[in-house]
Amino acid sequence: MQQKTTNHKAWFLVLPVLVLVAFSAVIPLMTVVNYSVQDTFGNNQFFWAGLEWFQEMLSDERMWNALQRQLMFSGIILAIEIPLGIFVALNMPKSGFWSSFCLVVMSLPLLIPWNVVGTIWQIFGRVDIGLLGYTLDALGIDYNYTQDTISAWITIIVMDVWHWTSLVALLAFAGLKSIPDAYYQAARIDQANRWKVFRFIELPKMMGVLMIAILLRFMDSFMIYTEPFVVTGGGPGNATTLLSIDLVKMALGQFDLGPAAAFSLMYFLVILLISWVFYTVMVNLDKKGM
Amino acid sequence: MDWMAWTWPTAAFFGTIATLLVIFTILAIKFPETPRVGVLGIETTRGDRLFITLLGSAFINLAWLGLVGANQALALAVCLIFAAIVFRWV
Repeated sequence: MQQKTTNHKAWFLVLPVLVLVAFSAVIPLMTVVNYSVQDTFGNNQFFWAGLEWFQEMLSDERMWNALQRQLMFSGIILAIEIPLGIFVALNMPKSGFWSSFCLVVMSLPLLIPWNVVGTIWQIFGRVDIGLLGYTLDALGIDYNYTQDTISAWITIIVMDVWHWTSLVALLAFAGLKSIPDAYYQAARIDQANRWKVFRFIELPKMMGVLMIAILLRFMDSFMIYTEPFVVTGGGPGNATTLLSIDLVKMALGQFDLGPAAAFSLMYFLVILLISWVFYTVMVNLDKKGM
Repeated sequence: MDWMAWTWPTAAFFGTIATLLVIFTILAIKFPETPRVGVLGIETTRGDRLFITLLGSAFINLAWLGLVGANQALALAVCLIFAAIVFRWV
């Protein structure tokens, strides 16, 4: 008798995940879509608004400005964290006690909750009691993240770099460790210099994990809320009001559920598009054996 | 379900997507296919092409709404042309 090679009953094993995703993502998303085409004055009473909120949001300078700030934030932190993470990974001890020690120390910032990181930097940067703010002030540097836009931006960027560069470094380190010694031996025979070893052996071999690092850091920074909110609250003015901060202000501060729903759907679409692009690139790199 | 604030148009919207997913799942089971490489230079299956179509259609609709701002139904016609292009060449 011929045996079946596939068994579709196995799909039932996916059922718990489907239920979980339905309640944590699909149903809330459906609700947001429903809200985005209606207006409400509370008390669960809704009035049909059609595409009005989408039109309003698309012509709203406030959203475009928040998007610009968001892209700038993500761009800057990626431009710093990725090269810095690679640099740290390249200079870490490859084995022995110090290697493990470095790994543990570098993992520490990753274990700290977002709001705690925000609070640490909020206090750290204060001119009256914070070590960083007080020192800079004593040195005569004009630093005040509550009143000066540049100071606020520098603070949230340095905070993010402090919090997340170790993730990039750990991923890059894992990529470096997976390179067989034979590659380095071949490079030595060819008398390749340090730069060429990095350019033609280490970087291509790290490409897969670096793509994961870029994807994770981009998505995370694009959705960042807690840390800058705790430090600057989106200020001074709107200088550090990133997309999610603006969205929360609109949805919970002003209780404009319709516009906020339209805003979040557009936000979601951008994230979905970028995730798909990164995912596709990663799958293709995987197929090429990188 | 009151709190979800359902409307007929949004229910129809999700119904259409759910129907498309069911149809494409049945197609994938009944007529399995091998992925092909199209103009984007990436391997795609029917499901991938459906995803690209739906995501692209969302952006087409938003662009139409932002740039033209009237006759949204015409944007759907553009989406259908886009779908045909994706399924033929991507």
